Amino acid sequence: MKMKRVMAISKKEFIHVIRDTKSLVASLLIPITLLVLFGWALNLDVDKIETVICDFDRSPKSRELVSRIEHSRFFRVIAHPSDMAEAEEHIMFGRAAIMMTIPSGFGRDLERDGSPKIGVAIDGSDSNRAGIGLGYMNNMIMMFSNEVLKDKMISLGVKKIDPPVEMRQVVWFNPELESKNYIVPGLIAVIMTVIAAMITAMTIAREWERGTMEQLISTPVRGQELIVGKLIPYIAIGYLDVFISVVMSIWVFKVPFNGSYALLFFISSIFLIGAMSLGMLISIVGKSQLVANQMSMLIAFLPAFLLSGFTFAIENMPMPLQFISKLFPATYFVAMVKVVFLKGVGLRVLWYDTVLLVVYCALLFVLAKTKFKKSLE
Amino acid sequence: MFSITKVLQMLFKELNQLMRDPKMKALVFGPPLLQLIIFGYAVNLDVKNVRTAIVDYDRTPASREFTSLIRSNGYFIVNENPDNAEKVVPMIDSGAVVCAVVVEKGFMKNIESGQTARVQVIHDGTDSNTSTMVINYLNVISGKYSRGLQKDKLNRMNAKRAAAGAPAIRIGAINVEPRAWFNENLESKNYFVPGIIGNIIMLVTLMLTAMAVVREKEIGTIEQLMVTPIRPVEIILGKTIPFMIIAIFQSIMIMCVAIFWFDIPMLGSVPLLFAGILIFIISCLGLGIFISTISTTQQQAMLVTTFFFLPAMTLSGFMFPIVNMPEAVQYITYLIPLRYFLVIVRGIFLKGVGLNVLYPQFIALFILSTVIFSLSVMRFRKTID
Repeated sequence: MKMKRVMAISKKEFIHVIRDTKSLVASLLIPITLLVLFGWALNLDVDKIETVICDFDRSPKSRELVSRIEHSRFFRVIAHPSDMAEAEEHIMFGRAAIMMTIPSGFGRDLERDGSPKIGVAIDGSDSNRAGIGLGYMNNMIMMFSNEVLKDKMISLGVKKIDPPVEMRQVVWFNPELESKNYIVPGLIAVIMTVIAAMITAMTIAREWERGTMEQLISTPVRGQELIVGKLIPYIAIGYLDVFISVVMSIWVFKVPFNGSYALLFFISSIFLIGAMSLGMLISIVGKSQLVANQMSMLIAFLPAFLLSGFTFAIENMPMPLQFISKLFPATYFVAMVKVVFLKGVGLRVLWYDTVLLVVYCALLFVLAKTKFKKSLE
Repeated sequence: MFSITKVLQMLFKELNQLMRDPKMKALVFGPPLLQLIIFGYAVNLDVKNVRTAIVDYDRTPASREFTSLIRSNGYFIVNENPDNAEKVVPMIDSGAVVCAVVVEKGFMKNIESGQTARVQVIHDGTDSNTSTMVINYLNVISGKYSRGLQKDKLNRMNAKRAAAGAPAIRIGAINVEPRAWFNENLESKNYFVPGIIGNIIMLVTLMLTAMAVVREKEIGTIEQLMVTPIRPVEIILGKTIPFMIIAIFQSIMIMCVAIFWFDIPMLGSVPLLFAGILIFIISCLGLGIFISTISTTQQQAMLVTTFFFLPAMTLSGFMFPIVNMPEAVQYITYLIPLRYFLVIVRGIFLKGVGLNVLYPQFIALFILSTVIFSLSVMRFRKTID
C-alpha cells in the first residue's frame, strides 16, 4: 500500500465531497435535525395524560379524590362529563386516554366497611401510555385509600400514626428521569450510521454506475488503497458530526456528562471506522446507488435505530431478537456511549464491549477489502 | 393530448427497470418484514424482568415477608443478594442490576413498636422510562404492605374495643376496576404494527420515487425521454404508478401479517382503510416528486429524503406521543400527512370506527395530499421544460 496513491484517491474524493454542496450541507444538517428532534421535541415521558372523570357521587370524599387527580402532574383532566355516554365519546374520538368513574355511594361505602369500586377505563390502543397511566391511577387511589384509613384512626384517638413502611427511592445518574438523557447519547451512534449509510454507501456504487470505475481500474491504484483513500474524507465528516453531536448534547441539551472525553473519543473513533467500512462494504456489494441505499437502510440504519437499544430497551425484547441485536456493532456502541455519558464509568467496566467493537470493525474493514474486486466483468 | 398507451409504456419500462435487479425484489420485501418483526416482537415498552438486588440488613420474618412481595411480584428478577449496601454500587455501575432495595436494620422492630420502618431504593435512572415504571411498581408494593399493617392494627384495636363493649371501627377499601378498551391485554404490538403500514409507505415511496426520477437526470436519460413525444404529466404518471402499485402491495402484505400472524384485531372497514391508504400514498408520491425537482444526483435525493423522512416519522406520533411534544412542535405535526394516516389506521384497526369519527383526519389528509401533489407536479413541469 503506497501512501501517495492513498492520498491521491482521498484528495479526489475530498473534491467530490466539497463540490457537492447540497450533500455536504445535508450531512451536517441531518445530525443537527436529529439532535433537535430527540433533545427537545420528542420524549417518552408519560405525563399530562388526558383524563375524563365522571363523579356520580359528589360527596366530600369523591371530590377530594378528584381534586388530587386534577393536581397531579400525571393527569390533565379535560372534562367532567355528567353521563357515561358523553365520557365514552371522549375515549372513542381519542380526546381522552383515561376515563374514571366514581359510582354514587362511594363516600358512604368508604366510611363504612364497604368496598366502593372505582371504574378506570383506558384507551388501550396506545398501550404504553395507557398502562403507565393505569399504574399512576392505581397508586394514587391506593394512597388515598390509605390516608382515609389513617384519618379515621386519628379521629378515633390513635395518637401516633406514622406510615408503617416508608420507601425512599433515589434515582442515580438521571435524577429527573428525563428520557432525553437516555436517548440523546445513543443518538451519536444513529447519526454515525445514517451518515455511513447515506454518504459512504454511495461512493463506490456511484463510480460503477457512472462508469468512472473503469477509469480508476486502468490506473495503478490497488484495491485497498482505493478503499482507504475513499474512507478518509468520510471519516473526517464523521468526526465533524461526532463533534457537533457531543457539543450539542452537553451544552445545548444539558445531558449530564460524567465520563472521560478521551474514552468517548476513542470508542467513537473505532465505531466510526467500523460504520464507514460497513457503508463501503454495502457500496461494493450493491453496485447501484439505489440498491446500496436500500441495503444500507435495511442492514445499517433500521437496526441502529430500532434494535440497538437507542430508544427501546433490549432487555424487554424476546430472546431471539436480543441475540440478533448483538450482531450489530451499533448495539455495543449505544450501550457504551450511554454509560460513558451518564454513569461515567471507564474501561474497567467497558473493556469487554470495547474489545468486541474493535474486533467487529476490523472484520468489516477486512471484508470490504476482500469483497472489492478491481476488475471488469 | 394525454395518452393512456404512453403512460402504460412508461409504466412497463419503469416496472421492468425496477424488477430487473434481483436485489431490488428483496428490498421491496425486506424493510416491511424487518419493521414487522421489530415492532411486532421487539418494541415492548412494558417493563418486565427488572434486575434487582436486595440487601436485607434486618433479616427478620417481617423483612423477609416484605422482600418476598418484591420477589413474587412477577416484574422483578432478584439476581443479587449482597450482604452489604456498598456492594451495590459496582453492580449498578456495570448494569448487573438496575435497582437495589435496601431494607434497613430495625425494620421489624419499628413496625412492631408502631414507628416507621424504612426501606431505601436506589435506581439506575439511565433508562428513564423503565425507572418510572419500577418506582411505581415499588410504591404499589409498599403501599399495599403498609395498608395490610394498618389493617392489622385496626383489627387489634377493634378486638380491644369489642372486649370493652365499644362498637367496631369500620373502614372501606377502594377497589379499582380497570378495563382497557380496544386492546384488553395492553399489548404494544397492537399499537405499533398497524402504524407500520404508514411508515413503510412513506419510507419506500418517498425514496423510490425521488431516486427513480433523479436517476434519469443523473444518467442523462431524461433528455432522451424529453425528445420522445411523451408529455411531462405522462412521465409523472408512468413514474409514480409503479411505486403506487408497490406501496399498495406492501400495505396488503403488512395487513395480512398483522391480522393473521400477529392477531391484531381488525375491527373496522377494509375498503375505508384502502381509501385512506390511497390518499396517503398520493401525498408521499407528491413529496417524492418534489424532492426529485430539488435534487440533481441520487445521493442528494437520498439525503433530502432522509431529511424529510426522519422528522416526519418521529413527529407523526408513530413512536412518540404528540401530546408530549412542546406546543410549537405540536403545530408543526399538523403538516405531516402521516399524522392523520396513523389516526385513521389505528382507529380502523383497533377501535373499528368509521368515517363518522375519522372524517376530520380524512379531510385533512385529502387536502394535504391534493396540495402537495399538485404543487409538486407544477414544479416538475417547470423544471423539465
